Amino acid sequence: MTPLAGFLLVAALLFSIGLAGALTRRNAILVLIGIELMLNAANLNLIAFWRYGPHPEALTGMMFAIFSIAVAAAEAAVGLGLVIHLHRHAHTTDLDAMNRMRG
Amino acid sequence: MSFAFYLIAGVTLAGGLAAVLLKNTVHCALALTVAFAGQALLFLELDAQFAGFAQILVYIGAVAILVVFAILLTKGSETPKGSVYSRHSLMGLVIAAGVFAVLGWAVLKSVPAVPRGTGETPAVTVLQIGNALMSRYVLPLEIVALLLTAALIGAVIIAMHEKEGAK
Amino acid sequence: MQEAIPFTPQLAASPITGLLWLIPALPIVASGVIALLSQPRRKSSATLAIGSLGFSLLLSLVAFGHVLAGWTRNVAVRETVNFTWIQVGTVHVDLGWVLDPLSAVMLVMVALVGLLIFIYSIGYMEHDENFTRFFCFLSLFAGAMLGVVIANSLLLLFMCWELVGLTSYLLIGFWYQKPAAAAAAKKAFLVTRIGDIFFLLGIVWLFAQTGTLLFYNGGAGSMEAGALAGLLAQPAALGLTAAGAIGLLIFCGAAGKSGQLPLHVWLPDAMEGPTPVSALIHAATMVAAGVYLIARVYPLMQAGALTGGTTTALTVVTWVGASTAVFAALIAVAQNDIKRILAYSTISQLGYMMAGLGMGGVAVGIFHLITHGFFKALLFLGAGSVIHGCHEEQDVRRMGGLRADMPLTFATYAVGMLALCGFPIFFSGFWSKDGILEAAQHWSVAKTPFYLLVFGALLTAFYMTRQVKYVFLGYWRGGKPAHESPAVMTLPLVILALSAMALGVIGTPAWPWFRGFIEGRAVGFDWHGFAEPGLLMLMGTSTVVVFLGLGLGWRLYGGQAPKPEEPDVLEQAAPLPWGWLRDRLYVDDLYRVTVIAFYEWWARVAEWLDRRVWGGVVAGVAWAFRGWAQFNRFLDNNWVDGGFDKGCEELATGGGLLSRVQTGRVQTYLRILALAVAALAAILIWSSRA
Repeated sequence: MTPLAGFLLVAALLFSIGLAGALTRRNAILVLIGIELMLNAANLNLIAFWRYGPHPEALTGMMFAIFSIAVAAAEAAVGLGLVIHLHRHAHTTDLDAMNRMRG
Repeated sequence: MSFAFYLIAGVTLAGGLAAVLLKNTVHCALALTVAFAGQALLFLELDAQFAGFAQILVYIGAVAILVVFAILLTKGSETPKGSVYSRHSLMGLVIAAGVFAVLGWAVLKSVPAVPRGTGETPAVTVLQIGNALMSRYVLPLEIVALLLTAALIGAVIIAMHEKEGAK
Repeated sequence: MQEAIPFTPQLAASPITGLLWLIPALPIVASGVIALLSQPRRKSSATLAIGSLGFSLLLSLVAFGHVLAGWTRNVAVRETVNFTWIQVGTVHVDLGWVLDPLSAVMLVMVALVGLLIFIYSIGYMEHDENFTRFFCFLSLFAGAMLGVVIANSLLLLFMCWELVGLTSYLLIGFWYQKPAAAAAAKKAFLVTRIGDIFFLLGIVWLFAQTGTLLFYNGGAGSMEAGALAGLLAQPAALGLTAAGAIGLLIFCGAAGKSGQLPLHVWLPDAMEGPTPVSALIHAATMVAAGVYLIARVYPLMQAGALTGGTTTALTVVTWVGASTAVFAALIAVAQNDIKRILAYSTISQLGYMMAGLGMGGVAVGIFHLITHGFFKALLFLGAGSVIHGCHEEQDVRRMGGLRADMPLTFATYAVGMLALCGFPIFFSGFWSKDGILEAAQHWSVAKTPFYLLVFGALLTAFYMTRQVKYVFLGYWRGGKPAHESPAVMTLPLVILALSAMALGVIGTPAWPWFRGFIEGRAVGFDWHGFAEPGLLMLMGTSTVVVFLGLGLGWRLYGGQAPKPEEPDVLEQAAPLPWGWLRDRLYVDDLYRVTVIAFYEWWARVAEWLDRRVWGGVVAGVAWAFRGWAQFNRFLDNNWVDGGFDKGCEELATGGGLLSRVQTGRVQTYLRILALAVAALAAILIWSSRA
């Protein structure tokens, strides 16, 4: 297995772990935690491809990852603000209880 | 694949697992921090020093703190009674496993489409990053700035206590 | 009778023959006009009827004179006017009329007797409210009967024959409110119908065999040599030729109409009609139509006979006639209704006529027909006068002593009675009946008819004496006193009485004018005619028989006149035979038990068939339709509606099921998203493999 493949596998595993957490946990904040893990895994992918790619001097991967980190931070802020707001209304963060949109 | 790689990867993955499996939400947030740290070390392993330190600064220094604050503000610090998993969570697990299967299969069975690099260590300086940010990536930079401003303001408004009677 | 030279026949039509069709047409037209008149117009209807018949009589006399003139010039007249009625390809049906001696004498007899009866009816039907209708029917009858007489085509004869039957029905049932009259009319029609069926078969067979229904057609007619030869060559069943078989079939029709033995049952019942009807139709003319028919088709009946011999058909005619004569005479002895006695007497005399035709030829039978027409009409009209005078009483046991109260009626009735009995010399009946007896005596086949006819003459004298004794002699046993009839009724009686006496002259052996006239020979007056061997013997025998009958009747019924409640003298002597005779020898009862019973059974079967089988079929069809409709409704409700409803239900359920995907929970949506993306990635990676 090449180093690249190793890093990619780690990223994939991290991504799956984060996805599993987002899909299975009851608490809304833990869903957000899962999302952060997924984003991290994606960043890892980017950097790995940059490092083992053809043109590392172009800094493309690095830039991509930096911007991704910035956006992830913004998204985490807004998401958590939503969770707080939701908690204020429903007095719970249990996602199973929030089904007022059911058809 | 050096021993260091396996160690750091293991730590990261362990942290991630703990983040999604632990019962106490605060413990989860702390495990997440560990995962973030491991991630930063992996970046350093990949000779992306700037990204690594940016990861530490932003993720551990801001996002993790933010998560902890949110947990505390939503009274999630107690260990919840009942199950921590949602309904039909096995389905979610299966789906996640399926995703991993697809990704893993793609990684292991694929052939690189572009010629591989030499594998030499790139020499990336902060000066080069700064130059790139101001020249080639100046537009994304400005947009990200705008985005951050909007997110900041938005988050404040969303999380703010509403005035009485203004429902 | 002296031998004579046969005449040369002449066939070209003279003007009178061209106008011959007027003779029946005038009364029929008069009948139609009377039918349009309203009931109170009695004078108009009577005038129309009598006027038209009078004119027909005039024309008949002219025609008769024409034939007579021809006869005196030694020319046998036989003129025909034929025309085609229906033509289909080469087959054509012709109608036409003929003027020859036979039709000429019949025309005069029918028209004259008819006219006298019409005049009589003015008085008889005066108190009846349906006067106009009576003359309408009577006129129609007269026209139809005259049509029968002049017809040259068997088809035209049959048509007028049926018309005569129809008017007989209408007139017998004239007082239709009486159930007995309606039943009698129906009976007459049905019984004659039975005979007519065979008649029609004969007509059809004749037409099929010879191709023509005309009697005389210049050599091509069915009564002429060519056609007869063809019929003789054709064998039929039971050893008969076609000629014989057709002749017998036609005789069946004549037997029905003329009341011969098995089909006589309608005649006595027909007395329910008014007396002028009985006189005209059931004594003088209609019943004579059967005899006239046989006379008309005589060449057919006689075809194939060797000289001096006879044919099967004529033998049958003779035997039927002879037995009828005796049968009816026996029954007449025990009847108590004045008209029924005369009715049975008519049947008996018709038997004589048929026997005369069978044994002696056309002239013998027709002579008796002519004389009988006059004296029987006289007797019936006299009986009508008696009934009228006795205030509608018809039972002879409640009459009596009318000689004093109704002298003119008595005198004329006596003349008629003596003519009927065959009182010697002065009365026509003697000469005509003797002609028949003479023919019977010389018949080659058997002597039995002769003895039967002699016995019948004895009975005739006996029962007529009984009737006259009961009605006119003795003392009055009825209710109110009787009175003589008005002149309009007694004048025809006188005329008929004179004719009854005078007509004998034309048939004596010394001057057989009638025979010569009919058969187309010249005759002269010759006393030596009486010198025929056995003739004087025969005349003596018949005289003795007549006096024997008169004497017996006088002895048994003369002097005392029993009360109506007391039984008859003969009844006391021999109650059982009297009972048989009074009950008309049970012929009617036989018919009731067999034919009528079968008919009623068949009617019930047919009704059952109609109700159950055809009704069942109809009900079955209706039921099938209902079942089909129900089935359709079931289909519609359950399958169509049900299917539709079910479909909608399924849709709703499916919709409900589908909407359960929208749980409202974020994680559900996330899972679906992840699944979809993974699947998409897999597909893309798979498809882009090298």
